[in-house]
Amino acid sequence: MTVAPLPPILKVTSLRKHFGEHVVLASVSLTLPRGSIISVLGRSGTGKSVFLKCLAGLLKPDAGEVRYEMGLLEGFGQRCSYLFQGNALFDSLTALENVALPLEQTTRLRPRDIAQAAGDALKSLGLDEFKDYFPAQLSGGMQKRLALARALVTRPELVLFDEPTAGLDPPARNTVFEMIVRYRQKFDFTALVVTHDISEALAASDRVALLEEGRIYFEGTPAEFAASDDCIVRSFNDNIVTLPTGLDK
Amino acid sequence: MKYSNIDLSVGAFVLLGIAAIVWFAIRAGAGVLMGGSTYEVNARFTNITGLKAGSQVFIAGVPVGSVDKIDLDSHYAAVVRLHVKQEVHLPSDTIASIKTSGLIGDKFIALAPGADSQNLPPGGTITDTESAMDLESIISRFAFGNVSSSSSPAPQPSAPK
Amino acid sequence: MMLLLQAVGQNTLATIAGLGDFATFATRAIAATPATRQLGRRWIRAVHEQGVRCVPVVTIVGLFTGLVLGLQGYYVLTRFGSAGALGTFVSLTLTRELAPVLGALMIIGQAGSAIAAEIGIHRNSEQIDALTTMGIDPLGYLVTPRLLASLIVFPVLTVAFTLVGLAGGYLSGSALLGLDAGVYWSAVHSAVQYTDVRECLLKALIFGAIAIVICCHSGFTTHRRIGVSGSRAVSVSTTRGVVLASIATLAADYLITSFLV
Repeated sequence: MTVAPLPPILKVTSLRKHFGEHVVLASVSLTLPRGSIISVLGRSGTGKSVFLKCLAGLLKPDAGEVRYEMGLLEGFGQRCSYLFQGNALFDSLTALENVALPLEQTTRLRPRDIAQAAGDALKSLGLDEFKDYFPAQLSGGMQKRLALARALVTRPELVLFDEPTAGLDPPARNTVFEMIVRYRQKFDFTALVVTHDISEALAASDRVALLEEGRIYFEGTPAEFAASDDCIVRSFNDNIVTLPTGLDK
Repeated sequence: MKYSNIDLSVGAFVLLGIAAIVWFAIRAGAGVLMGGSTYEVNARFTNITGLKAGSQVFIAGVPVGSVDKIDLDSHYAAVVRLHVKQEVHLPSDTIASIKTSGLIGDKFIALAPGADSQNLPPGGTITDTESAMDLESIISRFAFGNVSSSSSPAPQPSAPK
Repeated sequence: MMLLLQAVGQNTLATIAGLGDFATFATRAIAATPATRQLGRRWIRAVHEQGVRCVPVVTIVGLFTGLVLGLQGYYVLTRFGSAGALGTFVSLTLTRELAPVLGALMIIGQAGSAIAAEIGIHRNSEQIDALTTMGIDPLGYLVTPRLLASLIVFPVLTVAFTLVGLAGGYLSGSALLGLDAGVYWSAVHSAVQYTDVRECLLKALIFGAIAIVICCHSGFTTHRRIGVSGSRAVSVSTTRGVVLASIATLAADYLITSFLV
């Protein structure tokens, strides 16, 4: 569980981002130890996706620093992957072509090796029967798996997950986190997961952080999170327990 | 390597397209003379108003060449270089006149071959020429009533057939 | 009064910023050429999208343009007894003006709109962001092949338009109205000079590059459409791309013509 001695793969210092008058991220600092799974929790609209996009360079932060172990943002694509909330699959390419694209465009592998690697990635996520399907022909869960295959095919060191469970049914959510854990073991990447699925996140992560009012309000192990008696953290913990039962009635 | 229908159609498109462009450019560049080789003949005129490079050259209404270049010589006469088809031999006393197809149509050169037994050599010069007649001078002649005293022939009224 | 001045100033600044943004976009698309992988395959797709699929519309419009030019030209020229100049009229009008301009407008209508919409949807569904996070230059992947394709497609389709238009002029002028075919074609041959063809091809090249980059840019900036988002933004981008590209084509036509002639 603990990964203290390794140098952090990513260190974020006082990240600030606002849109007009609206300050989304006031000052976010977070350190990602290599090889860990970190979940960033938070209610909807607390800027979790904005945070992730700042890390990936899709948004330009107003202040603060994002420092990767391998340097600044240049080369994000070679060493890191980003799993979009909406999957962002290339809708006019087949499943196989989707997975092969990052290899085709950023590596100098031969076409046969690319087809092999892409096929393997699909197979490992149980999608090899669907390699000639277009994303729109796949179910939500399969699209998510396809996006995961595409994110992992380049063997990244760091994967940023933006709401990987959004729009999935509870069993599928479990599967997504299971996959993250399993592939982390297999491919040895660091995962930063932004989610509001607290129970799954607590089960799967090494560390959790709570983003609230533009800051990291809490950071610690899942056990610490669950045991915390801070009222905001509590409200989160309570929510997961009470909401489903409330719906049952 | 597998080729799809897209590759095939794009290949056809590009090849045919480039062929069309090249054909079009050559055709336009060489005018009517793509059919065979030509030789040069010069003709001196006192006035070539309206004639331009590319204008056609006819004998008895049959196109036989085109105007290649127009220059002014030291005596302020217009020297017109013609390209004439190789198989057309021009007697040395050939007359060249500048005519108009229709009232305001293109200017062209009409050659009237003479009877001399000697032919013009390539690069030779036609000296017996009739210059362009501009519309205004004809009208003014009608207006001032000296049509009969005109020494120049009237422009040919209709297009060469 | 102050408000008016402010409005003028704001609009001017916005226009200049927009032009600068567009220029940067075009430059980056060109600069991305050497770094783009599999450019050939993407280029073939783009030629298919812009060229092959536009052949029907370009030939049909070219044919009708030629037919109308033949009819109108014949009636006007016979009034002056100069029906013999029909070939000159049709061929020069087509080569110098109508084929490059109408051809470009047709391609903008068919392919430019498709490009703007497709890239707009890429933008909307975060596919462009996905390319960025993979370390793939979205301009190199989406714009460069299309720009390079336009450099071959527009000249080819313009010449096709011209040739079909000349045939159309022949059909209406000669076959229908009875002008001698030899007179028509010899006038065509003698009228069209090398410089006319050069002007025609130059215009086609410039129109193609401008129009296609404008359509790409419009789709690419779909997320910046003010006041609309989602599919409305895509539709606004598509319309904007087609309208701007058409206007730019006509403006460029005027500029080129006035500088060349």
